[in-house]
Amino acid sequence: MTLSVRTCPTVDEASAALAAGRARYLGGGTLVVRNASEGDLSFDTLVRSTDPALSRIAVAGGEASLGAGVTMAAITRHPGLAAIAKAARAVGGPAIRNMATVGGNLFAAAPYGDFAVALMALGATVEAGGKALGIDDFLQVRDDIRTMVTGVRFPLPAAGAFRFVKVSRIKPKGVSVLSIAAVIETDAGGAVCSARVALGCMADRPIRARAAEAALVGATLTEAGVAKAVAAVSEGIRPITDPIASAWYRGEVLPVHFRRLLLA
Amino acid sequence: MAKKVPVQVTLNGEERAEFVESGATLLNALRGRFGDTSPKGGCHQGTCGACSVIIDGELKLSCLTLAEACDGAEIVTTAGLATNSAMHPLQRAFAEGFAAQCGFCTPGMIMAAKALLDQKPDPTREDVIEALSGNICRCTGYEPIIQAVLAAAAASPHKAA
Repeated sequence: MTLSVRTCPTVDEASAALAAGRARYLGGGTLVVRNASEGDLSFDTLVRSTDPALSRIAVAGGEASLGAGVTMAAITRHPGLAAIAKAARAVGGPAIRNMATVGGNLFAAAPYGDFAVALMALGATVEAGGKALGIDDFLQVRDDIRTMVTGVRFPLPAAGAFRFVKVSRIKPKGVSVLSIAAVIETDAGGAVCSARVALGCMADRPIRARAAEAALVGATLTEAGVAKAVAAVSEGIRPITDPIASAWYRGEVLPVHFRRLLLA
Repeated sequence: MAKKVPVQVTLNGEERAEFVESGATLLNALRGRFGDTSPKGGCHQGTCGACSVIIDGELKLSCLTLAEACDGAEIVTTAGLATNSAMHPLQRAFAEGFAAQCGFCTPGMIMAAKALLDQKPDPTREDVIEALSGNICRCTGYEPIIQAVLAAAAASPHKAA
């Protein structure tokens, strides 16, 4: 079967092309071209857009705004995004980072999509089809979304508040056993005043660790202080099983890595 | 018959135009249409790095790139590195350092290394390991490859004083 490819100069034209027929949006290609090569027949048209708005990065007033076509490499290079660069650097090798986009990462099924885990902890807002949707809601409905994701925005975390770890079995880079992202703010006395924790590979898509978040508020980031949160981090998880690790293994090591991340 | 689309690229410094099948990957177009078999098809899913090429100055995987999306692009592959039959310093370092055994991963390794040296002529060992982290080699155990890239960097005339 032949795939037809439509290249659209604007987001509006690409959105219209996506609405017609069995079309899929082509970002960096790391997910969609792979699917096509593996024989996915659920689409026969790929729509891409050269709209410069899609690759725009804006950092101002404590908020970052990323076009859906911004690559992981562009994030790692941007001086205003240094606080979250490690999450983008965790994705793939250099070639993949030159291709993989913010928008594509939002649709990546576990074990991929480590940057989306970071976006979830950052409390990002996803812009799709002219509407803004919180990332928690977006990830729940992403398979039914028929409009084009054009960008994400999120408040930049205070210095040191963003924590991220991706665990792989291969050094320096490999597919995720799990990833954890957290934005944890502490008051002057060292007690946690707010916490957002997101987990990768603990379901088919990123999920929040709400019980751990609740247990963290008011706690101090010490061995004794984080014990309750560490015990709660596995609540509600349904880890994936794949050739990298079994669900059992992922569930066993999650509290270990979460504890290390909190005490780091 | 599959629909054909025209693709015009600068391939290793040469203006080229070919008709490729709609939806064809750059890897298949390079090997099947443009006659450049230096990029290798290993996994066709972005895992092995054997198909790595440099597109408009950036290292990319040709197996996950559509040929049509490269219209107007400048593409560099390992086949374009030698000048007047003299090997590129990276090629020479790989040959002299036994950094190729079966050779299948070599063109991808060399392009990944070139992308690094183009940006950072004097890399550390850690830089080299990071730069090659998307390329899999099943023969060498990586150490000769890392050493070859460091040797090529040390031999480069662009090396920082």
